Amino acid sequence: MTSTRRAAPGHRAWLAQTRVELTLTIRNGEAVLLTFLIPTLMLIFFSLVDVLPTGSDEPVQFLFPGVVALAVMSTSMVATAIATGFERQLGVLKRLGSTPLSRGQLLAAKTTSIAAVEAAQILVLTLIAVALGFDFSNSQALPALAAALLASIAFAGIGLILAGSLRALTTLAAANGLYLVLLLLSGMVIPLDKLPEPVSKLSRLLPAGALAEAIHGALGSESIPGQAWVVLSVWALVAPLAAARLFRWE
Amino acid sequence: MTIIEVEDLIVDHGSVRAVDGISFTADSGEVVALLGPNGAGKTSTVEVLEGYRRPSSGSVRVLGLDPVDDHARLMPAIGVMLQSGGVYSGIRPPEALALFAAFYEDPADPDELLEQVGLGHRRRSTWRQLSGGEQQRLSLALALVGRPQVAFLDEPASGVDVQGRQLIRTIIRDLATDGTSVLVTTHDLDEAERVADRVVIIDRGRLVASGTPRDLMSTDAVREIRFGAPPRIDTSSLGDLLGSTVTETAPGEYLVAAEPSPANVACLTAWLAEHDLPLADLRAGRQRLEDVFLRLTSATEPSASEGAEHSEVRAGIRHRPRVRRSR
Repeated sequence: MTSTRRAAPGHRAWLAQTRVELTLTIRNGEAVLLTFLIPTLMLIFFSLVDVLPTGSDEPVQFLFPGVVALAVMSTSMVATAIATGFERQLGVLKRLGSTPLSRGQLLAAKTTSIAAVEAAQILVLTLIAVALGFDFSNSQALPALAAALLASIAFAGIGLILAGSLRALTTLAAANGLYLVLLLLSGMVIPLDKLPEPVSKLSRLLPAGALAEAIHGALGSESIPGQAWVVLSVWALVAPLAAARLFRWE
Repeated sequence: MTIIEVEDLIVDHGSVRAVDGISFTADSGEVVALLGPNGAGKTSTVEVLEGYRRPSSGSVRVLGLDPVDDHARLMPAIGVMLQSGGVYSGIRPPEALALFAAFYEDPADPDELLEQVGLGHRRRSTWRQLSGGEQQRLSLALALVGRPQVAFLDEPASGVDVQGRQLIRTIIRDLATDGTSVLVTTHDLDEAERVADRVVIIDRGRLVASGTPRDLMSTDAVREIRFGAPPRIDTSSLGDLLGSTVTETAPGEYLVAAEPSPANVACLTAWLAEHDLPLADLRAGRQRLEDVFLRLTSATEPSASEGAEHSEVRAGIRHRPRVRRSR
């Protein structure tokens, strides 16, 4: 006597899982606030009300790349950490472990879902930036996307380290705290050179600071420092490996 | 045909031995109840069969497969209901069923299943809005949407109301009729007696008895009469009359260590009548599964640390006879 049942074709499970990940993200008010509302409002508000030391005549020239970096961080790290933390605590991950859905398919679905949300965020922010008169003449899409990709991998790894080792509520607090700190100290909305030197030095070694530098460079006129690529690449390699090692399923 | 094979299973959680040498089997189309108090090792046993952990020693096979090594081949053939939860808090029942259905090549119809578990009217609610009983029924549906050959249901009726229990029992019986093997864990003797073809009783990690409910409740080895009457009756005077010991096993529950002969029963009832005491119930000969269970699991006194949990469970069990009498 052996098993006569089979798993569905891989793409069907992946698609269904991706759809649920997206549906639940959109249904979760806090996730929407974090991923769409805050970056959008920051871009609009601080572009129109010139109170931040953005160092340019047109604040939007500095803010648009910054909020793109912020949006990437909020989705790949904060939203992923919180959602996964609760899935782990509620036994969802355990329950999925006794279905034919493989870890690879689950990971692929989460990746697709993160990529889809980020694409939507970037689209919304770009449209707003256009409306606010952002000058795209010096922008290069490819390096910006490459930086976003590397940073997403790194951030997702960090988010999963939090989600896989802390209790869900602790993860929630830690991820939101990290979000706030990195928002202010990584050159996203406040230029790094306005910060004390030790802070800006440390920031450039963290994925958030490196991402902000890379995207500012890619979308503005500056060049991207080589160090930013190195930092992003190292984090993109180390964080997921650490997550794989540290993640506790129950 | 043997579907589930458990042989000399030992499961250690750190220094604690949760399962201590259990063996049993389940055939296709058979409902086996794993019965025991909380902490007896039921969930640990089931989680080994589901592939969540490896045995510390001994072996298990499900459909001839190793649950860990043959994980990918086994998963499409089993349905799992965890003891609690395991579902996204913001998901709606049809979405959860559609998701799980998409994992299997030839799933059951999610809509039909939703109606079958009585959640047709809760389509728009999210998991966290469902009552405990509704969550259990959705969990059951999720375990069954892949049309499993083997279903593992961990405490399926806990927190479910009377109608829900009836519904779950019917579904389990239908599964068995269709050839599915079902392993149910429960600490509810009544549930085991009603739903199972075979009961495996475990206590503190050890198997204490197994067989059909009928076998386990048969009178052969039993020389006792049990009855219910007001608490604190004069057991020594009654014992003298019957020529055997009478003990009050719980307030209002009595055990007479005597042959369940008509003469002894007549003697007992006459004594009660003489003292103007009502007789709440009387079992001479046929035992309830509960009696078997209590006799088997109290054979060795639990240590102080384990004792708390056991006595708690027993107290729970003792509430039930009152329900039975009113039936």
